[in-house]
This record gives sequence, structure tokens and C-alpha cells, in this order.
Amino acid sequence: MTQTPVIEMKGIGKRFPGVVALHDVSFACQRGEVHALVGENGAGKSTLIKILSGVYQPDDGDVLVEGKPVRFRHPVDALAAGISVIYQEFSLLPERTVTQNIFLGREITRNWMLDDEAMRTETQRVLDMFGAGSRIDPDALVSELDVASQQMVEIAKAISLNARVLVMDEPTAALNESECRELFEIVDKLRDHGTAVIYITHRMREVTRLADRVTVLKDGEVAARFDHVPEPSAIVHAMVGRDIADFYAPFATADEIGATVLSVQGGGNSALRNIDFELKAGEILGFAGIQGAGRVALAMAMFGARPFDTGTMMLAGEKVHFTHPRQAIRAGIGLLPGDRKGEGLTLMQSVRDNGMLSPRAFGSLVGSHKKNDFTDVSGMDGLLDRMEVKAASYDQEIKLLSGGNQQKAIVARWLALKPKVLIFIEPTRGIDVNAKAGIYHLMRDLARAGAGIIMISSDLPEVIGAADRILVMREGTIVAEHKAGASETAIMLDATGETEVAA
Amino acid sequence: MSDATAGSVRAPAMRVRFERWAPALLLLAAVTMYVVACLATGQTQYLNWNNFLAVIGRSIALGITAIGQTFVILVASIDLSVASLISAVAVLASVVMNGDPAMIVPAIGASLILGAIVGLINGLIVTRLDVNPLIATLGMSLVIQGCLSAFVSNFAGAVPTQFQFFAYGNVFGLPFAILFFFALALIAFFVLRFTRFGSNIYAVGGNQDAARFAGISTEKVIIAAHVICSLCATVAGLYLASRLRSGAPWIGANGVYDLESIAVVVIGGTVLAGGRGGIWGTVAGVMIFSLIDSIFNVLGVDAFVKQVLRGIIIVAAVAFYAVRTRRIVA
Amino acid sequence: MTDHTLSSPQPKQTRRLPQINPVYFILAALIVAIILNNPNFVEPSGYMNFLKRAAPLAILAAGQVYVIVSGGFDLSVGSLITLVVVGSSMLSNNDPSSTWWVICVMLGIGLGVGLVNGLVVCFLKVPSLIATLGMMITLNGIAFMWSGGAPRGYLPESFRYFGRFNIRDVPLIQMLPVAVIVMAVVGFALYWLMHRTNLGRMIHAVGDNPRAAQLAGVPINRVRVSAFVISSLSAVIAGILLGGFGGVSTDVGTGYELQAITAAVLGGAQLLGGRGSVPAAIAGALTLTAIFTLLNFLGLPQPVRQVVQGLILIAAVALAMYRRKRTGQ
Repeated sequence: MTQTPVIEMKGIGKRFPGVVALHDVSFACQRGEVHALVGENGAGKSTLIKILSGVYQPDDGDVLVEGKPVRFRHPVDALAAGISVIYQEFSLLPERTVTQNIFLGREITRNWMLDDEAMRTETQRVLDMFGAGSRIDPDALVSELDVASQQMVEIAKAISLNARVLVMDEPTAALNESECRELFEIVDKLRDHGTAVIYITHRMREVTRLADRVTVLKDGEVAARFDHVPEPSAIVHAMVGRDIADFYAPFATADEIGATVLSVQGGGNSALRNIDFELKAGEILGFAGIQGAGRVALAMAMFGARPFDTGTMMLAGEKVHFTHPRQAIRAGIGLLPGDRKGEGLTLMQSVRDNGMLSPRAFGSLVGSHKKNDFTDVSGMDGLLDRMEVKAASYDQEIKLLSGGNQQKAIVARWLALKPKVLIFIEPTRGIDVNAKAGIYHLMRDLARAGAGIIMISSDLPEVIGAADRILVMREGTIVAEHKAGASETAIMLDATGETEVAA
Repeated sequence: MSDATAGSVRAPAMRVRFERWAPALLLLAAVTMYVVACLATGQTQYLNWNNFLAVIGRSIALGITAIGQTFVILVASIDLSVASLISAVAVLASVVMNGDPAMIVPAIGASLILGAIVGLINGLIVTRLDVNPLIATLGMSLVIQGCLSAFVSNFAGAVPTQFQFFAYGNVFGLPFAILFFFALALIAFFVLRFTRFGSNIYAVGGNQDAARFAGISTEKVIIAAHVICSLCATVAGLYLASRLRSGAPWIGANGVYDLESIAVVVIGGTVLAGGRGGIWGTVAGVMIFSLIDSIFNVLGVDAFVKQVLRGIIIVAAVAFYAVRTRRIVA
Repeated sequence: MTDHTLSSPQPKQTRRLPQINPVYFILAALIVAIILNNPNFVEPSGYMNFLKRAAPLAILAAGQVYVIVSGGFDLSVGSLITLVVVGSSMLSNNDPSSTWWVICVMLGIGLGVGLVNGLVVCFLKVPSLIATLGMMITLNGIAFMWSGGAPRGYLPESFRYFGRFNIRDVPLIQMLPVAVIVMAVVGFALYWLMHRTNLGRMIHAVGDNPRAAQLAGVPINRVRVSAFVISSLSAVIAGILLGGFGGVSTDVGTGYELQAITAAVLGGAQLLGGRGSVPAAIAGALTLTAIFTLLNFLGLPQPVRQVVQGLILIAAVALAMYRRKRTGQ
């Protein structure tokens, strides 16, 4: 290709105190091209994008737009040069309208007054451009839109800025399957319009579906560059640096599965209806479904955080009704929340304190913080050792640990209470590839030790690879059951309720 | 989109609509209570136009302060230094004027400069030094009050009769102060609704990172909001000097203008977390407070009991909005 | 922040070096400055009187730390002190034999105030700042109502014992004020409760991330209400000491809420929760008292204290924010 890339980064280096985040990274994207940027967490993808968008300044190297070197000192400089970034956390204002959001910081004014009409017209035009005009009202509050529509507003904002380069940072993280497909179509349209799209992901399926070229980052350097999309295994190999043979743990054998430990009959509340299922000791039961299908609502109902209004729940042969998490925990249920930072960790406290949190919560208020009915400090250290939590010290603040190790500390919290049932919600979200395998094996070990494991995940291959049995939810109820290793297509059909999956 | 998600999407819209009308409903309830209180005690002489004006007139200082407070709360900040600033301005203006009509303009100028400086410093401490706005403005309040007490301990200076027009004058048969208050509210509404600066205020309060990435200079917006708030407090101080005919170092603290202005803004539906609310809610909140005060007067409630009830009402008013949140508050 | 950067195979053996809280250095420097200004300070009558004067604030700060670490503020403590002094004077009515039951009643009132603060914050979801400010106005009003507006005189001598009395002829230190004993006992009890019990660790967890604590099974409402109750009880004890110091009036407690917060912040307590230490808060209270003492030596008038306190409050928070930013969150 002789064309000048619309955006090019040459020999980029960036150092933070004690860490080299990027070293000699080069990267280019042509107009009308989707360039996938892949790598494990911590490989340097975010740092690279932050340099591209002017949040950070590089220590070495140059950024070139249309062949001319530029220096972005503020995100606004990058925007002016036609580079828009759609971050994972949306940068929309929920209490403002779609129009107000799209024109945020660059409102059209006439005689010192906002020109609402002109802005609304332009918003409608941009939304119509990719067929979202009928679905999104320019005057609607963003908080009234669903996640996929909010993302479309983000994209519309970028388009109305005449973005030449659009960076999408894991855009499907919060989308369900059908919304993903809509997003892919929009990316196709952007490519046809001549926009250069930099697409950051760790999902091989999306790389295969969308990318024209692939760059793999590993430990802050370019590990591989492909001008054509290769086999996923080649990309994974470049990301991880080795083959991943035993990625998932083996399924449970027939004699590992024991008696029913938990069952729900006719369970329902405002988000759920007619929930019927059984969980056996020693098995990993996977829950698949699109976002909003009620999987998390079910977990929270079993855990007492948003109780069932109807139906019966049996735990270890006894009828139970939990209206508060404490009751559920006392009866032997543990839950690992999907939003680890927001709902799982107390980030300023030590690794050990995070592990001791639940055992302490059930000790007497004035009892010693070192010892309670369930465990003591050395017992907790033993649990953390056994799970190979990597930390400079267990007195260290947990926020300094990697995602995988943080997750293990939360598991330790529950192990100390010896739960009968453990519910994992999105157990590997934001965890790098190597650590993921560790979590799968950990879940299997817990199941072998006799616990019933419930796994809720939006990563379908993960559910298929790790669960012994898969229940599919749709619109607040369980619609199908699949055996271990079922096909992705079959599960998606049940999850979406469509008769055939559109290509 | 599934039915389950559709249901959960509609719920927040309902909530927003309820909160939009809540200040009006509360105002209606307060008016009803006032009328009932007057009728029940047989004091129908309070139910006329002049008394209505008197009820509003009682809260002009609070209202002006609250308009400024609305700006800082909308950018997710807060200002607890307004009461001290009100005292300082009242004293400064009355000392500078010292009964001389020729000094009215210099006194107003000096007061506005003081207010602007206080607002600027508040804004700089909050943005540049990253100090929690509560602490920053509480600290500022201590500094102002300390400086003030070092110089005066009682009524100081005097306001010429010409300047008393602000509090006592009439225009077109209406009290000037009330017209001034509504004009100020109208300007504030216009700024918030129809200018880019107003739009930026909502953006910064709603999501500071998003605003920054959109190229809005968030620090400048926050500083400007603090300056506006302090200037409003300055005007309230001038009004009180005009009304009391002199300034004293305790008039701000006595009026509890810091806490009451916040309470009034919150009752008006502006969220303490920023980014949502508006001026008309605040105006409704001010009128609700005036009415409650008047109800106490009509019922002849003892001054100390009134203070006790006032504390309870402020908490109850905030609870009215807060109790439905699922979030755990700090 | 990947696994590669943390590759210590045996984590237990590498312990973090204990970091010394800067407030202790500041306190030491101030004490040296006081001694230079007034050599008599090294005599027991010098430093014991200093400790005695600092005792109410130290106790109050130790209680305030509980609320701050749990993620809130308690602005009602100043007016609670006033209520305790005024109320004790009304109840005891100059009858020395009433002391014990009056103290019990006051502790009961403290318990009630703390419970109301905590319940309003937890169940009515009113931000603690507003809830406790409302409580402050209310308690001040009650103190006025109770006393009819203008209380005067002194509490009975048996009541003033705690704040006023010095035990003489103690070996080595010659005199030992009862207030200092109360400070030591309450300070140690609050230290133990905060740093050596489940409740203390749970207060940290709740202030750090309430949602996570809740899902981990922490009874967050019970924990948060406990923090407010502890703060209120510490205010009652501080009020009993202050009742011994001087006369009865309706502004005994004025300004103490801000002093307590300033002291806690000086001791490194993190606003909005998750981090804080009782001994450091007590050191913060001593630091603040030392600063006021120095200002006295320098002959600066009372209002200057207010100005200085305001500046210290802002500076302490600004410095904490600066250090946090520099060390990368």
C-alpha cells in the first residue's frame, strides 16, 4: 500500500515511575480500514490510545496525521485533528438529551443563545446516517436509552465531529449478541464511509468478523502484526506467548456430581418469573443469556439482595427465603459480583482484610479482628497461599494487585465460610488470558471439593468451556437447558428467541 | 429488546418526571397549610395580597443566596462560606458608606470585589488544590469570620437612607427587593438554559471527565460557579445591610444562610451530586421556606421551638428526595 | 499492574515498612517550639495542663474518626457538647449528689442523638452532612429551650471533678489531672475498638466501599449507626470535661465540630471514608491545641485562632490530596 496512513504512530515509548508502559511501538491505520488492536490486560493498549487521544504525551516517538507530525497536549487537540475515542465507560451525561450530548462543549449559538433547532436537525441527520434515526429521539434523555443506543449516541457524536479516526475500546463489553451484530454493521458502514477504525478487543470472534489488519501488543511492545486476519490461534499465541492447552478445566465426571444442593421452584419477582432449576453438589452450572435476560437478577434473588416474591427455594434440603444477603451467606451461599471494583473490593484495605471481610462480618462486633468462628489471620494467609495470590505482602493494599489476584482474594473471603453454593458473576471480566485459566481451574477445584457452583457470564465460549450444564435465560425466565460443550449457535438461538441467527 | 429490559428502562423516566414536579407539589402543600393555619386560628387578615408580598419579602436574602448556591451545587460543589461572606459584606458596605450617600457606589464596588475574590479563592482551592469543597468553604468561612471578628464585634457603620431603597423601596407599587429577586432569578434561568456557559455547568456537574474530554475547561466552569455564588451572597449581604440599616458580624450566621440556602436548593429538586436541577425549583424552595416560617408565626410558635422544628424540617426535606434512592449515601 | 511485576514467591515474609504518620513529626516540632518559647513547659504543671486542655478535643477527634472512616461527617458534636453542659446544669440544679445519674442521663442522650443521626443517614438516606447539620440546629434549639435562653453559673463541684480536678503528689509527675486519665482511658478504648476488633475493620470496609461490604455480608447499617453513636458518646464525655473547665453557657460547644474534623484530618483520616487512625487523630488534636497555645504565646487575639484553624483545615486536606496524587492514587 502506498497510500499515506491517516494516522500513524512511530516508535512510541512511554514510561511511568517504575514501569516501561510502551517501548518502540509503531502502528498505522489507513482510511476505510478496520485495524484491530489486541493484547492482554496491561499489554499497553490503553496507554497507546491515551497517547493517540492526547491524554498522555509520549516520551519517545511521533504521532503523524496524514503524514504530518502532530503533538496533542489535550484531548481537544486530538478531537480537532479528527480523532475520536469511544471509551469503555461512556462519556455521556445521563440527565441531558441526545442532542445536548452530541453537541457537548461545542454547542451551536446564535446571538449568544443556544440554537436548539439547528442542533436538533444536525443530530437527526447524523442518526439517520446509520439508520438509528427512527430508534433514537434527539430529545430523549440519555438515561432513558438502553446501552446499545447509548453507544450509538457516542458513535453519532464522533461522526458529527467529522472524525477521520474512530477508536473503539472494547465496544461490545456491555452489549448483548443482537446489539453486537448491530454494532458490527455500523462499523462496516463507517469503513465504507472511509473512516479509519481502530478496534480494541480481546474477543477473537470480533477480530475475525471485522478486522482488515491486526496488531498484537504484549508487555508494551508489538508482538506481532498481521496484514490479513490469521487464524485466531495465531493471534492468541502472539498475545500469550505460548499455546494454551489446558485453558479450561475438564468437565465433572458422573461420580463427581452429588446430591441436589439448591433448587428453585416457581421463583419470581419484578424481574423474574417461573424460575425452576436444580443445582447439584460438585457441578458447575452455567447461565447464558443476553444482558437484561435476568441472570444477575436471579443471582441477587438467590442471594437475598433482591428477594424472590413468589416460589420456593430449597438449600440443602431445607426451605429457605432470604430477604438480606446476610441470611443467604449464613445459610451457605457466597456471591462474587460482576463489577469487581464497584461491588467486590474495598480497594484501600489490605489483601488480607479483603479476605477476612466476610468472616469478620459474622463475628461479634467487639471480637478480635484477628480471629473469629470461621478462621484466623494465619488461616486466611493459608487460603491465599493455596490459591497462589501474588502480592508483595498480604498487608499490601489490594488495589495494587492484578484483576486475577483480586478475584482470588474475594474467593478466599468465601472459602473461609465454607459455602455450599458459590455464585460467580462474570468471573473473568477484565482479567488477562493467563489468569482466566487459573479462575476456571479454581472453580473446578471448588466443585470437586463438594460445592455447587453457579457461573453467570456474558462470554459465551467461556460458559461453554467451563460449565457442566448450561441454562439459558430470556426475558426473566429459564428457556432451555444445554449439556456441556453445546454449540454457540444453539445457545444463541434460545437466548435471543430467534428462529435463525442472522449473519 | 426484551420485555424485561423495556420495563426497567421505563422506570427511571417516571422518577425523573416525579422529581420535576415535586417542588411545585411541595409549594402547593405549603400554601395549603398556610391557608389552613390562618383559617384555623381565625387570622384571615393574613390572607391578602400585601401579606403575600410580606411573606416573600421575608426571604429575599435567602433567595438571592440560594440562586448562587444553585450554581455551585449544579457543578457538584457546595459553598458553606456564604453566611460569613454575607456578614463581612454587610459590615464592609455599612462601614464604607458610613451614612454618606456619595459612598454608596464605592461601597458596592468594594463589596463586589470582596465577593469575587472570595469566590475565586474558593474555586481555586477546590479545583487546583483538589480540596473537598465542603472543607474548602468551611475553612474559608472560618477565615472570613475570624478576620471579621478581629475588627468589629457589633453593629458598625451606617447605611444612608438612599441605599435603604434596596430593602424598603417600591417600584410600580411593588417592593423593589421582590422585583430585584425575580429579575435575578430570570437572569439565572436564562444563563443556565440558553447559554453555552449554562450548558457547560450541567455538563461539569453531570460528568466531569466527559466534560473535560469534550474540551470544556472544567476548572474554569467550577471557578465561575463559585464566583457567581459568592457574588450572590455579596448582593444578599448588601440587601441585609440596607434592611438592617447597618452591618453586624453575626447577621449571616444568625440567618443560617449557608445551611438554609443548601436546603432550599435541594427542596427545589437540584441534586447535591450535581448536573440536575434548576432555578425555578430553587425559587419554589425559597417560597416554601417563607411559608413555613409564616405558618410558625401565625401559629405563634416560640422562637426556640421554631429553631428545633427548622432543623427537623431541613432534614425531612432532604429525606423527601433521598429516601427513594437505592444507593448507599455517605 | 500485571502479574509479571509482582513476582515475590513467598509473600508473607516481606512486610511493608511501617510508615510513620507525619502528624507525629509536626506535633514534635510544635512542642519543641513551645518549649523554646516557654521553658516551663517541661515541668509537669506545664505539659499536664496542656494535655488537660487538649483532652476534650482529643476525645472528640477520636470519636469523629469513626464517622469519617465510615464515610460521613458528624457536625452535631459541638451542639451536643452545649446540650450536655446546659442540660447537666438544669438537671443537677446545684445538687452535688445528682452527678452520677445526670451523667448517665447525658450518656443516654448521646446514645439517642447518635442513633437518630445514624438512622436518618442509613434509612432516610440523607447525606450525613445535612443530617448532622440539621441535628446541630435542633440540639442548639433544645439547649436554648431547656435553659430558657440564658443559663449561667457553674455546675456542682462533684460534676466538675472530671474536668477540673488534679490528683496531687503523684510520683515522678507530681500532678495528674483527672481529665488526662479520662483522655487516656477513652483514647485507648477507642483505639482498641477501631484497630483491634471486627467492628473497626468493618467501619473501614464500609467507608471504603459500602456496596462491596454489604454484598460481603457486613451489616452496614449496624456498623454505620455504631460509628455515629460512638461519635456522639465521645461528645458527651468531652462535654462533661468541658463542663468542669468553665461556666455554663449556650456556646460552650460552638466550633468544636470543625476542630474535631480538623484534628482528624490532620491525623491523616481520609474524608469520605476508608482510612484513618485513632492515635493519629488524638495527635492531630494535640497538634491543633499546640498551635493555639503557640498563638497565645505570640499574643495573637482570639479571632486569629479561627483564621489559622481555617487555613490549617484547608492546608491539611490539600496536602493529603497532593500526596495521594503524587504516589499515584
